[in-house]
Amino acid sequence: MMSVSATPVLALRKVSKRFGAVQALTDVTLEIHPGEVVALVGDNGAGKSTLVKTISGVHPVDDGTIEWEGAPVRIAKPHDAQELGVATVYQDLALCDNLDVVANLYLGNELRGAGVLDEIAMEKRAKELLDTLSIRIPSVRIPVAALSGGQRQVVAIARALIGEPKVVILDEPTAALGVEQTAQVLDLVERLRERNLGTILISHNMADVQAVADRVAVLRLGRNNGVFDVADTSHEEIIAAITGASDNAVTRRRARTEQVRKEEAR
Amino acid sequence: MSDLTKKTAETAEPETAEAPAVPAVDPRLLVRERGFAGYLEEFARRLRGGELGSLPVVVGLIVIAVVFQLKNSSFLSADSLANIGVYTSGLGIMAVGIVFVLLLGEIDLSVGSVAGVGAAVWAVLSVTHGVNDWLAVLLAVAAGAAIGTLHGFFFAKIGVPAFVVTLAGFLGWSGLQIWLMGKEGSINTPSGSVVENLTGYYFEDKAAAYGLALVAVLAYAGSLLWEARRRRAAALPSRPASEIALRTGVVAVLAFAVAYVLNEPDGARGLPLALVLFLAVLVLADFVVRRTSYGRQIFAVGGNAEAARRAGINVNRIRVTVFAVSGMLAAFGGLFIASLSGGATKNLGAGNTLMNVIAAAVIGGTSLFGGRGKIWSALLGMLVIQSIQQGLNLLGMASEIQYMITGAVLLAAVVIDSLSRRTQKTAGRT
Repeated sequence: MMSVSATPVLALRKVSKRFGAVQALTDVTLEIHPGEVVALVGDNGAGKSTLVKTISGVHPVDDGTIEWEGAPVRIAKPHDAQELGVATVYQDLALCDNLDVVANLYLGNELRGAGVLDEIAMEKRAKELLDTLSIRIPSVRIPVAALSGGQRQVVAIARALIGEPKVVILDEPTAALGVEQTAQVLDLVERLRERNLGTILISHNMADVQAVADRVAVLRLGRNNGVFDVADTSHEEIIAAITGASDNAVTRRRARTEQVRKEEAR
Repeated sequence: MSDLTKKTAETAEPETAEAPAVPAVDPRLLVRERGFAGYLEEFARRLRGGELGSLPVVVGLIVIAVVFQLKNSSFLSADSLANIGVYTSGLGIMAVGIVFVLLLGEIDLSVGSVAGVGAAVWAVLSVTHGVNDWLAVLLAVAAGAAIGTLHGFFFAKIGVPAFVVTLAGFLGWSGLQIWLMGKEGSINTPSGSVVENLTGYYFEDKAAAYGLALVAVLAYAGSLLWEARRRRAAALPSRPASEIALRTGVVAVLAFAVAYVLNEPDGARGLPLALVLFLAVLVLADFVVRRTSYGRQIFAVGGNAEAARRAGINVNRIRVTVFAVSGMLAAFGGLFIASLSGGATKNLGAGNTLMNVIAAAVIGGTSLFGGRGKIWSALLGMLVIQSIQQGLNLLGMASEIQYMITGAVLLAAVVIDSLSRRTQKTAGRT
């Protein structure tokens, strides 16, 4: 694990969410520290997306508390999450193909001078941001439609950073990307860590997870199924936790002691 | 925004260890540094990529002018051109509203009826009930805006397709129009009224047309120079002086040619007020669309409504207001039509008004598929349509031929739009 401050920037404590008869999340606990990449993994239907949506305000939690920098907060709508400093990059990108890179980066947050779009300031800052993230795109003034899949993904992530968030949620950022493009996105995730942001990375790809994540939180059937340090956990152990093959007394005990250790550290 | 004229180039640094996904040097980037030759190359490359921009319509206008001039030498006479200018204004203002709606990727089929209602509201208030003329004009335009808002509400909040809402509006509002006009069915514009002056007033002083041309050229050059200076100050690539000079030159030639034709030849009446108002609407709308957050948001919603929503844009607000703008400009345009035809009637705005307005926006190069287009396409497209009508009138062609030719031109414009969209898809550009 990287250097981790005592207080997590974002913490979910025993969070539950129910949709009608379906208990989507049960007593899920998750902590994100600044400068830490937490991978959120789990089988389809394990509750990853629901968990992310509770954080980003799409689905408010039914039970449990969300703490922001140590203080309990209520996230009832997407705007609340944005106010706090949670930025979510969705799987299907949500870029406007017909707009250029600058316009997409500042969409909904346009810089204005005297009521008029300040294109020059936006272009300048967009370039600076892309440079600090070492993002290479041909020009910031070409329509997003002209970019490759990987370039579009990094633009989408860069856009999340415009609002100076403290936590960034990446939903399957490397799905549907080629090898080289995946590397580009993973490089960018490392740079988010260098900027001391807390990052939640949802992924199905264990190679990606092991490449960039500090910790892996496994969800299974809407419950926590262990939090692992990537450095000293094997691929197989994580897979076992995802599929439930490790669902036995030993692993449950380990998860419990880990939890206790955390609480003491706090 | 894929603004063809504003694509900036970056000084590309050669990339060594980067992925092949990012070409080391993009041909787009070198244009600025190579002056005029670079521009020609860039232009050719855009054409191959399907980015036709205003080219088809400019070529079309030239062809139309040449063909009709050869057939009838009075086509390019002052009278004929001034006619085109005046007739372009009313429908052109309505077409500006349609451009807004098309940028959203929607359609407004009600503009003809709304124009009729606008004219009827003005006529009934001002002539029948003796309301102050200016107030009546204001209320007519406000009625158009209210109607548009209603369309927008049904479309955005209730989720009825815009096509159906405005089709219902097309029928319903023309019913209202007939009801408002009452038994006589027509109300003549009183002489000296505001509405009569909309298309009847000419600035006879030659200084007006030349002065306006001069102001336009200076404002254009000034804005280009100012922008270039600010971009240089911010260390961003800017237009070279040669390009600014070329653009200013083209605008100056056009502006002064128009002013000359309006002022000098025998029978010239000076600068028509209608043209001034149309240009004012164009400049204002272009400013809103390209320079304000609101305009940016229209493009975003037209390009990808879901992305716009997630970016925190109030998509419904944009949709409702865009339909309100369309209704407002339709009613305003209706007053011009009333002015030209001497009064409000039961069937003002009926017939091919709607088709001409939509055709103008599309012929001018605004995409039917949303997110792409320019306000100025309303002017270019309407010039094409009015030139064809004026030319065919001069040749004494019957209206059935006019309909067929206008229909063919519209189809050609949509074909060009669809083909260029497909080429752009394969060339990876939107």
